[in-house]
Amino acid sequence: MKEISLNILDIAKNSTKAGAALTTITLNETEDTLTLVISDDGCGMDEETVRNVSNPFYTTRTTRKVGMGIPLLKLSAEQTGGSFEIKSKPQSEFPTEHGTVVTAVFNKNHIDFTPLGDVTGSIVTLIQGDPQVDFLFTHTMPKGMVSLDTRELREVLGEVPLDTFEVIMWITENLNEQYEEINAL
Amino acid sequence: MKSLAELQAIKEKMQNKVALREGSGEMRVVVGMATCGIAAGARPVLSTFVEEVAAADLTGKVTVSQTGCIGICQFEPVVEIFEADKEKVTYVKMTPEKAKRVVEEHIKGGKVVAEYTFASENA
Repeated sequence: MKEISLNILDIAKNSTKAGAALTTITLNETEDTLTLVISDDGCGMDEETVRNVSNPFYTTRTTRKVGMGIPLLKLSAEQTGGSFEIKSKPQSEFPTEHGTVVTAVFNKNHIDFTPLGDVTGSIVTLIQGDPQVDFLFTHTMPKGMVSLDTRELREVLGEVPLDTFEVIMWITENLNEQYEEINAL
Repeated sequence: MKSLAELQAIKEKMQNKVALREGSGEMRVVVGMATCGIAAGARPVLSTFVEEVAAADLTGKVTVSQTGCIGICQFEPVVEIFEADKEKVTYVKMTPEKAKRVVEEHIKGGKVVAEYTFASENA
């Protein structure tokens, strides 16, 4: 993956596929590190599946027998001397509070750090692809914070779906403006 | 800053259109957005289709959606176009520029861009 934002898009799609009602994407940046946390309230995975997902030859997909999403994110974090962790509570064992949390820590100053890239593009693509799911996105940087909560948008929009073109454009411009404001500081 | 008031205005404008929208789907543009597609550049291809279809004022007729791995990862980004009573068209190795041409010639003009199809890639 050329950008970490593409890993975010890829991994957060696992959350929507797991039937999540809310997917939370958190980016926390210091001068030296970037911490990515993707958590959901989806169906979760049992211990054996959690062990297997870091193996590229494991996938739930039926078209091919390999799944590269998690191994690629793990690699892009670990190649910067960072860390990767995945924790899950399967619905079968935790009927009330199930879901998965993926955490990746990157060292931004490492030569093998992949740029974050177009995060707005990834968030908007996630919403366009699964407009029935809620997304809570926060990106904390030393100079400020960018955030978006689709539950707030839904309150205003009522039955108008989130993937309506005008809404998608509003979200894109809203996020871009938030980033521009911080970058201008 | 884009405000919630502007979102409210979008809602009011759209409410009348919702019923129309649900009855649509004469043509479906489906972009492969699994790991393979994303890594190959499907994200800007998808956003180009979303933007160009809206710019052509075709959102009532054409839906743009995402799917998982189509199974021909070496040809990603892959885009499939489904239309009632017509054979599915599979476009391969797509880019935003190619997407614009597909909107212009195929979606608006009704003529398949043969050179971008899976069939021509395998000929």
